[in-house]
Amino acid sequence: MNEIQNISRRSFIKNIGLASGGLILACNYTLFSQNTDSENITEFNPNLFVQLNSDGSLIIIASRSEMGNGVRTSLTSVVADEMEADWKRVSVRQATGDAKYGDQNTDGSRSVTDLYERMRTMGAMARMMLITAAAKTWQVPETECHAQNHFIIHSSGKKLGFGELVNLVQTLPIPTNISYKDPKDFKYIGKTLKSIDVKNFVNGTAVYGIDKRLPNMKVVAIARCPVTFGTVKSFDKTAAMKIRGVENVIEIPRIERAFGPLGGVAVIASNTWAAFKGREALEIQWNYGKNEGYDSEKYMTELTERVHKDGKVEKQIGDVNKAFGEAATIVESTFQLPHLAHAPMEVPNAVAWVQGDNCEVWAPTQSPQTAREEVASYLGTPLDKVTINVTFLGGGFGRKSKPDYIVEATMVSKAINAPVQVVWSREDDIKHGYYHTVSSQYMKASLDAQGNVTGWLHRCAFPSIMSTFTPGTDYPAGWEVSSAADVPFDIKNFKIEFGQAPAMVRIGWMRSVINILHGFSINVFADELAHAAKQDPLDFRLKLIGSDRIEDTKDPMKYNTARLKHVLKTAAKNANWGKPLPKGHAHGLAVHYSFYSYVASVVEVSMIDDKVKVHNVHTVIDCGTAVNKDTIKAQMEGAAIFGMSLAYYGKITAKDGAIEQNSYSDYRMIRMNEIPKVQVEIIESTDKPTGVGEPGVPVIAPAIVNAIFKLTGKRYYNLPLSDYELV
Amino acid sequence: MQIEIQMTTLLINKKKYTLDVDPEMPLLWAIRDSIGLTGTKFGCGIGACGACKVLVDNVAIYSCLTPVSMVTGKNITTIEGTAENLQLLQKSWEEFNVPQCGYCQPGQLITATSLLNSNKNPSDTDIDNAMSGNICRCGTYQRIKSAIKHTVELKKQRKP
Repeated sequence: MNEIQNISRRSFIKNIGLASGGLILACNYTLFSQNTDSENITEFNPNLFVQLNSDGSLIIIASRSEMGNGVRTSLTSVVADEMEADWKRVSVRQATGDAKYGDQNTDGSRSVTDLYERMRTMGAMARMMLITAAAKTWQVPETECHAQNHFIIHSSGKKLGFGELVNLVQTLPIPTNISYKDPKDFKYIGKTLKSIDVKNFVNGTAVYGIDKRLPNMKVVAIARCPVTFGTVKSFDKTAAMKIRGVENVIEIPRIERAFGPLGGVAVIASNTWAAFKGREALEIQWNYGKNEGYDSEKYMTELTERVHKDGKVEKQIGDVNKAFGEAATIVESTFQLPHLAHAPMEVPNAVAWVQGDNCEVWAPTQSPQTAREEVASYLGTPLDKVTINVTFLGGGFGRKSKPDYIVEATMVSKAINAPVQVVWSREDDIKHGYYHTVSSQYMKASLDAQGNVTGWLHRCAFPSIMSTFTPGTDYPAGWEVSSAADVPFDIKNFKIEFGQAPAMVRIGWMRSVINILHGFSINVFADELAHAAKQDPLDFRLKLIGSDRIEDTKDPMKYNTARLKHVLKTAAKNANWGKPLPKGHAHGLAVHYSFYSYVASVVEVSMIDDKVKVHNVHTVIDCGTAVNKDTIKAQMEGAAIFGMSLAYYGKITAKDGAIEQNSYSDYRMIRMNEIPKVQVEIIESTDKPTGVGEPGVPVIAPAIVNAIFKLTGKRYYNLPLSDYELV
Repeated sequence: MQIEIQMTTLLINKKKYTLDVDPEMPLLWAIRDSIGLTGTKFGCGIGACGACKVLVDNVAIYSCLTPVSMVTGKNITTIEGTAENLQLLQKSWEEFNVPQCGYCQPGQLITATSLLNSNKNPSDTDIDNAMSGNICRCGTYQRIKSAIKHTVELKKQRKP
């Protein structure tokens, strides 16, 4: 086996710069590809790795970013489990941004999906080598030895600690056939582990990007044009320079790349407050540019006109027009959903220090490799001159995949030849984001006399995320279509169309992305059809999903309607669907497949003084193998709140090209007094692990709207509910 | 131009700091930038999210809205401090594995400490009222509430 290198202490020190040595297992890329030519492996080039020290301490590298997703615990626990390591001896080291770790982009709810098998391999390999080392030491057959909780134990009862075996194990060849643990013997996988960082989170010592300090570091606030892609015409810094602590004011240009800074006027100060105050004192004239006319209210009207006409056909099965012509009942609805902002608690920020050709960055980033590429591109320096240190992220939700703020820090550091920290204000975050798209959707369906759905037309218009990468793109990409096109309903006549939608602000992905709008419209519309068919929404939906089958999607991972129905039935059972509720309460349900996971939620809602109150949320997820049950539960709890925030309050609007909202005061979030009790069930499964961070979000808003309908007979097709004074 | 130097003395976590800062500087930035205690977080700067809360004489305040001149000589406790209720709550937070990203948790803990400082037996409504000034974008509210209630129960058991 030539894919794995056993790295000597010496080469490890050389490559990583650590003072202590030990067994380093480097798992090269080639392990996961057909290319296993050992000649190509000439240096320490790990994908994922473990470091076992002679004192028995075990360091496991986390290659994905920690932003509340629990990834530093889940991924590392998989290694520890396969290795039979003692979790108490494990510490986690965060990887810098480097291609040698494989893809580090922490989005798409795929860290565990992508890395589960690789992490198991890393742990299994280490365990096997430790067994070999112990067997050699004792001069006994390996079959008489087994690993258990950081020891190798011989059948006679004698044992050696992992740390004691380090010197010998370093000299051993890599095992050729990896033997994995029987899943029934897992001791961390599928169990409940607390976050390995929980202590640091609660005592204030966890270092987020905004907490990074360097000697002589300057703090920078940047004034950006209120209109997306507008530029500086002129500015007067006189008043700003008089603010105590302000040291300099410079203009930074816009970089015309997807993740390029917007440009603006940068105030360089000795502390954050001075930077903010200095910026307020700037006098700036802007060239607003082509997006000055953006009025999101008018734009919504235009999008809606487009979905009320024929669009570009994306998918067609049978003949919807024929089905509509022969229908007993026709139902038509239009859905309008606004832009949203990520608004992570920690604003975008970054520390950068450009020294000659080198640049070192400390930043909360979901994608350190993208940051590295963008910084290197800006500086015109090779990638290996750029180091991206990944701090904790105070929330990400997709915003921190886009490293524009990191390039800003790089630009200013280079300009003033000093380490700088760029800090966005909350207003900057709300007004200059990469917004979740704005959408209008038109749906039309036909029912026969028995209430079966015979035809389904779904037309959408929304600016594409691809417009951020390829300016001018005004139709969605295939992956932005699939959650509508692959709706798992058994309908013979089916058509998906898209309308044109140019982007007037930067469009980006936000937690659960396109599933927010498709999950909403499809679930609300299906509920409406159940009502039109005079059937119970649960029975109707199960019938609409139809037979147990594997759906033939374009995606390599197919979905299974039996699993989809199972989460829905389980959520309904857990919520006592159909059983009497307190007077004035009603249930609503929604089910959605996204990020390869199946999620259903049943919510219990009442109206008190014409205001919505969500009392209970029962969420069920089937995400294949559950790696850390507590993380999954936490993500479902959090997703319920995230979904409620967008359902209740989520709305970003633009007038004269400028975003109208400012801060958490007018871009509101759910707070403690509004929370429901969230109960979560995780379906037991041995299937491949699938997404957890995002798929809990899309079901919440439609389930609430469906419950409100049941309670009041009124259907809300547009969000947020605050527009109707319902919250 | 002559700048008048006004030294500001702050008593934070029982330690005295003498700072040469603008008296109007919000306490948040004095703590984070001048003193270097970074557990207290910036979230919005307008008192809308609670990430910046610290205790002043045992009561939680928004440090982003409080000029240093207003708290000179007062007892300030941050998340790095050792107030009794804070430490008990931190243990419960760990037990319930409350944090997701963790960023808002110092402010949540400080607010909960303030609540328990003034109310030994808070009802659900008391908890809601006390905690509603703090946003958690990850949505950990349910666990925060459980951890507060657990702490109250522990304290009751400890003190017969």
